[in-house]
Amino acid sequence: MFDGITLGQYYQTDSPLHRLDPRVKLVGTMAYIIALFIVKGWVGYFLAFLFLATMIALSHVPLRFVVRGMKAILIILLITVAFNVFLTPGKVLWSFGVLKVTKEGLVFAARMAVRLIFLIIGSSVMTLTTTPNQLTDGLESLMGPLKKIHVPVHEISMMMSIALRFIPILMEETDKIMKAQMARGADFESKHLMQKIRSMVPLLVPLFISAFRRANDLAMAMEARCYHGGEGRTRMKPLIYKGRDIFGYGVVAAFFAACIVLRVVGL
Amino acid sequence: MSLKIDDITYVYEKGTAMSVNALDHISLEIPDGQFIGLVGHTGSGKSTFVQMLNGLLAPTTGHVYWNGQDVHEKGFDRRKLRASVGLVFQYPEHQLFEADVLSDVEFGPKNLGLSEAECKERAVEALRHVNLPEEFWDKSPFDLSGGQQRRAAIAGVLAMHPSILILDEPTAGLDPLGRDEILNMVRGMKEKLRITIVLVSHSMDDVAQYADRILVMNAGKIMMDDTPEKVFSRYKELEAIGLSAPQVVYIMQYLKERGLPVKTNILTVDEAVDEILAHRGELNV
Ligand SMILES: Nc1ncnc2c1ncn2[C@@H]1O[C@H](COP(=O)(O)OP(=O)(O)OP(=O)(O)O)[C@@H](O)[C@H]1O
Ligand SMILES: [Mg+2]
Repeated sequence: MFDGITLGQYYQTDSPLHRLDPRVKLVGTMAYIIALFIVKGWVGYFLAFLFLATMIALSHVPLRFVVRGMKAILIILLITVAFNVFLTPGKVLWSFGVLKVTKEGLVFAARMAVRLIFLIIGSSVMTLTTTPNQLTDGLESLMGPLKKIHVPVHEISMMMSIALRFIPILMEETDKIMKAQMARGADFESKHLMQKIRSMVPLLVPLFISAFRRANDLAMAMEARCYHGGEGRTRMKPLIYKGRDIFGYGVVAAFFAACIVLRVVGL
Repeated sequence: MSLKIDDITYVYEKGTAMSVNALDHISLEIPDGQFIGLVGHTGSGKSTFVQMLNGLLAPTTGHVYWNGQDVHEKGFDRRKLRASVGLVFQYPEHQLFEADVLSDVEFGPKNLGLSEAECKERAVEALRHVNLPEEFWDKSPFDLSGGQQRRAAIAGVLAMHPSILILDEPTAGLDPLGRDEILNMVRGMKEKLRITIVLVSHSMDDVAQYADRILVMNAGKIMMDDTPEKVFSRYKELEAIGLSAPQVVYIMQYLKERGLPVKTNILTVDEAVDEILAHRGELNV
């Protein structure tokens, strides 16, 4: 029922990329995205492609799962490409009435498409190899310095990890309630808009009630274990850099530097 | 009215690393008028199986036939089927949503397209069958106790006038008294309404007194399909898959081993008491 929502889903396996510290992966992904906008020439894009392909190979995630995230942005991608192809002024190659395809348009569209695809796949590789908990831990640690200016970093990351944790639960719950109401003859496949809206009530009311009940239970359980916010809280699995993480940073830095060099020399 | 299951399998998350074979080549028939107990350890596939019976889940392979018609054939009206095969989910009280109990019970009949008067009539009748006192009918379902909510939810399915009523662990989370009340209510419904019952449970004690046929599920397979006496006499096998026979079976077995010549195919405490009293004085320890 929810086949489309796989962007940002963890794929359980053991790989060098899975074992990497989440902070390295976060910084690496950020650097990769920025690099995508630094490079201009085809050599640069080829380097970005090589980097991505190596990461996918290192992640041991089947390619099928890696490209699945593309489904969600396919429409956006097509629209972007179409706009760029038809609306960029320049040397006209073909024209159908008011629509003109220009050489610059084609180049620009191809570049946009490559950037978008690499960007989505790059972030998918990160979320496929990092559990939501590791991600928020990594973010909390990276944002640590912001605590000095009184940003509630711990609370934000706790809220994020709880929200992430609840998405699959609520999806399961939705499925269950939907089935229970269908067993009472509810029709969720109706084509009429009004009927469709009305048919949501028997789904949404129990869903909200259950979400509140779960939130309540969770708050209770956290309090019962003396949770009192981030102050003085220690971790069961503290994030500690190992040799491979330093190496990871090194690889990212080298890639980033190479991209800047390529841009400067105009390749 | 009959339901026939022909060699069905079901795989969750097919084609991924997380795929689970929840049902493994199950075939059986559910004729009219039986009280069937479906028992199995946690995760054995009971809930998956019962969702096959009313067409909520489509089998990965195999067929489900209702009165000889394939339920997943194109053009088959599965909403009608769901009225005939009523399914009460685990924790059904979580599906309540209306402002008052009566309207909630009317939800099913309304979906069948019945008139307002008919809906109300069916709702009232269903609420009587589940023994929910009239004073609760215009209350918000969320102001009821857990046990009362569950009755209201069961009434919601009963109001569709099913000829087969399936209850998935209707006693989960209830105290012993609440449990007995629900089970007695189910038996009462079977006798009064002459409907077929499928009662899902992981406790043999729940189904022992009421069922006249017991299905034992293990790892997606139907391991036994027999009368309660025959099933319980294989209690060693039941234990191997994390189940157990009702406690009286063990008591009778023990007494026999210690030399009291009692029958061992006994299912309820009352029968056990009679049997033991009948052999009073025969034991010489
Ligand atoms: N939505 C789902 N997605 C993936 N796997 C599932 C799903 N629902 C159930 N399963 C798996 O299918 C198997 C059978 O589950 P099912 O719910 O049918 O068991 P059950 O006998 O009803 O258990 P219980 O007594 O705990 O209710 C289990 O291994 C379970 O993990
Ligand atoms: Mg179940």
